[in-house]
Amino acid sequence: MYRILNKETLAPTIKLFEIEAPVVAKKAAAGQFIILRIHDEGERIPLTIADFDRKKGTITCVFQEVGKTTKQLGTLNQGDLIKDFVGPLGLPTHIKNYGWVICVGGGVGVAPVHPIARALKQAGNEVIGIIGARSGELLFWEDKMRDACSELRVTTDDGSYARKGFVTDVLREVIEEKKDPVLCVAIGPLPMMRAVCNLTREYNLKTIVSLNSIMVDGTGMCGCCRVTVDGETKFACVDGPEFDGHLVDFDEMARRSAIYKSQEKQSLEQFNAGVTHKCSCGGEQ
Amino acid sequence: MTEAKITKKTIMPKKNPMEAQEPGIRSRNFKEVALGYSEEAVVAEANRCLQCKKAPCRQGCPVEVDIPAFIKLVAERDFTGAIKKIKEKNSLPAICGRVCPQESQCEKYCTLGKKYEPVAIGRIERYCADRELATGVLRQETAPSSGRRVAVIGSGPAGLTCAADLAKLGHKVTVFEALHVPGGVLMYGIPEFRLPKQVVQTEINNLKNLGVEILVNNVVGKSTTVDELMSAGGYDAVFIGTGAGLPYFMRIQGESACGVYTANEFLTRTNLMKAYLFPDCDTPIRIGKKVAVLGGGNVAMDSARTALRLGAEESWIVYRRSRNELPARQEEIEHAEEEGVKFAFLTSPTKILHNEDYWVKAMECLRYELGEPDASGRRRPVPVPGSEFIMDVDTVVIAIGQGPNPLVPRTTSGLELTKKGNIFADPDTGATSKPGVYAGGDIVTGAATVILAMGAGRTAAKSIHAYLNENGGD
Ligand SMILES: Cc1cc2nc3c(=O)[nH]c(=O)nc-3n(C[C@H](O)[C@H](O)[C@H](O)COP(=O)(O)OP(=O)(O)OC[C@H]3O[C@@H](n4cnc5c(N)ncnc54)[C@H](O)[C@@H]3O)c2cc1C
Ligand SMILES: Cc1cc2nc3c(=O)[nH]c(=O)nc-3n(C[C@H](O)[C@H](O)[C@H](O)COP(=O)(O)OP(=O)(O)OC[C@H]3O[C@@H](n4cnc5c(N)ncnc54)[C@H](O)[C@@H]3O)c2cc1C
Ligand code: SF4
Ligand code: FES
Repeated sequence: MYRILNKETLAPTIKLFEIEAPVVAKKAAAGQFIILRIHDEGERIPLTIADFDRKKGTITCVFQEVGKTTKQLGTLNQGDLIKDFVGPLGLPTHIKNYGWVICVGGGVGVAPVHPIARALKQAGNEVIGIIGARSGELLFWEDKMRDACSELRVTTDDGSYARKGFVTDVLREVIEEKKDPVLCVAIGPLPMMRAVCNLTREYNLKTIVSLNSIMVDGTGMCGCCRVTVDGETKFACVDGPEFDGHLVDFDEMARRSAIYKSQEKQSLEQFNAGVTHKCSCGGEQ
Repeated sequence: MTEAKITKKTIMPKKNPMEAQEPGIRSRNFKEVALGYSEEAVVAEANRCLQCKKAPCRQGCPVEVDIPAFIKLVAERDFTGAIKKIKEKNSLPAICGRVCPQESQCEKYCTLGKKYEPVAIGRIERYCADRELATGVLRQETAPSSGRRVAVIGSGPAGLTCAADLAKLGHKVTVFEALHVPGGVLMYGIPEFRLPKQVVQTEINNLKNLGVEILVNNVVGKSTTVDELMSAGGYDAVFIGTGAGLPYFMRIQGESACGVYTANEFLTRTNLMKAYLFPDCDTPIRIGKKVAVLGGGNVAMDSARTALRLGAEESWIVYRRSRNELPARQEEIEHAEEEGVKFAFLTSPTKILHNEDYWVKAMECLRYELGEPDASGRRRPVPVPGSEFIMDVDTVVIAIGQGPNPLVPRTTSGLELTKKGNIFADPDTGATSKPGVYAGGDIVTGAATVILAMGAGRTAAKSIHAYLNENGGD
């Protein structure tokens, strides 16, 4: 069992947990993820490592409530226990001094991009951060990102905070203005990552994206997370989750992410109707 | 004396039948299919045994269980004695009695088999083991603590056996398991209806009672490495039993379409994550009306039978050789047939076709015929030119085999691998090229059987014990 040491509500549907998991914290690196399972009847869901503290032995995850499991996770509080928590999984971001790089975080993607920006800056890069959300209410970690980057630009789709526009609008400006960045890292909803890749392709700017394909084991055993990259089948959990965005088949990825749409809806409806967790695992009712 | 002679003379030509759930009922539930012998049936079956001096059956057993001896004890109704005899060689009899391919091992060589059906050795073994589980497992003796520590990676039959044997020898054992439950394929692969998970968990509880610590949610190669376990971790030796968990693909067009599963995913969702209880359990699975399972081994049979239980209207095994070459256990093939699984032999897909939403709608297949025997001694399937045809299906499960997961091999220094990426280990000792590191089971042999994995775990435990004694404590 893994204890939640700290809970923050970053936005109405976005929550942060700091979880006690010393084994994972000891090895965690930017770009990697964990898989957790709330209780015995639960699904295994992957969440990116948004921060880690090796001394305290904790992992921080930020998640958006999109369905049954993330909603149920959101009902847990400080002091509660999570049944299973495994990691760090996936390959870490390749960190080195590239010169200057751009880190783009959209929506809940700001959380996973944060440790990457921080590590890139520590490696000597000049890091321009771009973060955006649908509205100001959904934006979080502006301060943390400002610390992690050399320079930070903020945008909201509806203009309710900072400037109005998509992260791709800001990205184009930055590329035009500063010329010749060496690398772009983009993490966020799939349409955003695809839009970023379409833009950076114009500039021949290598772009790393982090893929959220559906996973089960996270160790390369089931093949559920397979994605096509440069015409080859890759397992996002062990070969990724980061890939060269210009080579990713985003259409296939989007289709595979929607495989369980009707079941996800059914599960959420049942949860919302209050039929919850009636198992014998000894967890909360 | 006279009695024994009479039994020999009036030998029953057939095995005593084992009760099973009716095919029509069981093909829609996940409860165990084969229900096991009654005491009367098991004694009657034991009495079929001729007690052959040479015991050819024993040579067919990969771990050389003293078969006539335990069968004799069963005939005498000494069930405690019988299970003790079995456990001298086989530490997981409740599991092996259910899943061993007896027809190609012990029962294949049984003298009776020359004229009649062989003695139902597997069913007798299962009875003894189940009876022990039901009446409470005998407390096993453990040697005084040696003060030495061994790490076992992976909790499939190889790891479980190695851990149990080492614990009995007095060593402190920690098992590292990547998933959230121990048991390996026994938990995530082989379905409930063939191997109830309760049976596996009882074995695991026995292991815990021996003082073995099991750390689930620990991926070696990620959370820690073999090298670290041996240095900072303070382990004196390591056993690697990480299995063959990497799914192979057909490498044909359309394998990433929606509705195409690897057998590993299909079975893991169903067995480990209990998707058959969705939405009471959170993990979903999607089953169509007509399912095609590619392959002909146990994994394929399990997938095809699972598909029926999940509600498929038709479930097909698509196999490029003929019925005679099916590598699955005989009993599973028969059970699958009884349950209504259909077979397309001498057939293999060349392409998976999808609709505009990229959901599977059909497979383009080729017919095959059998040619000359290949390296495995089986007749090689050769495609019939121009025999393409379309098979309408909406779910495809790929069950054509698994390879070694590279996580541990890649992160361990000084470990010699085979061309296929399996760990090289001496078959007589389990020793790898790295001192103090042993390996066994599917990670060494490639996908094989529970009994071979168990045997390899046992062999390695012996060698590790000897290694620890030679390299005395500091
Ligand atoms: C490597 C990786 C890192 C991730 N990091 C984060 C993160 O830091 N923060 C965050 O909010 N989300 C993250 N996700 C996505 C998160 O795992 C899903 O939102 C979550 O599984 C949804 O579960 P649910 O039951 O609440 O919703 P559901 O109703 O089940 O599904 C909602 C959506 O989530 C996706 N999804 C469903 N099940 C899974 C699954 N088992 N694995 C992956 N995706 C699934 C589906 O495509 C679906 O569109 C990550 C996913 C991956 C693969
Ligand atoms: C569906 C199916 C049906 C089968 N039916 C039969 C049958 O009827 N009869 C028969 O004899 N055999 C059968 N087999 C084969 C048999 O199950 C295997 O040969 C046997 O389980 C191999 O045992 P093992 O201990 O080597 O590995 P496994 O049982 O594969 O166990 C390996 C364990 O190691 C864990 N692991 C892997 N990597 C790591 C890591 N890096 N860190 C920590 N843990 C790790 C895995 O999660 C797993 O729990 C079947 C196999 C399948 C898949
Ligand atoms: S070969 Fe058959 S009949 Fe002979 S001892 Fe073995 S089980 Fe009994
Ligand atoms: S999640 Fe199973 S292989 Fe990647």
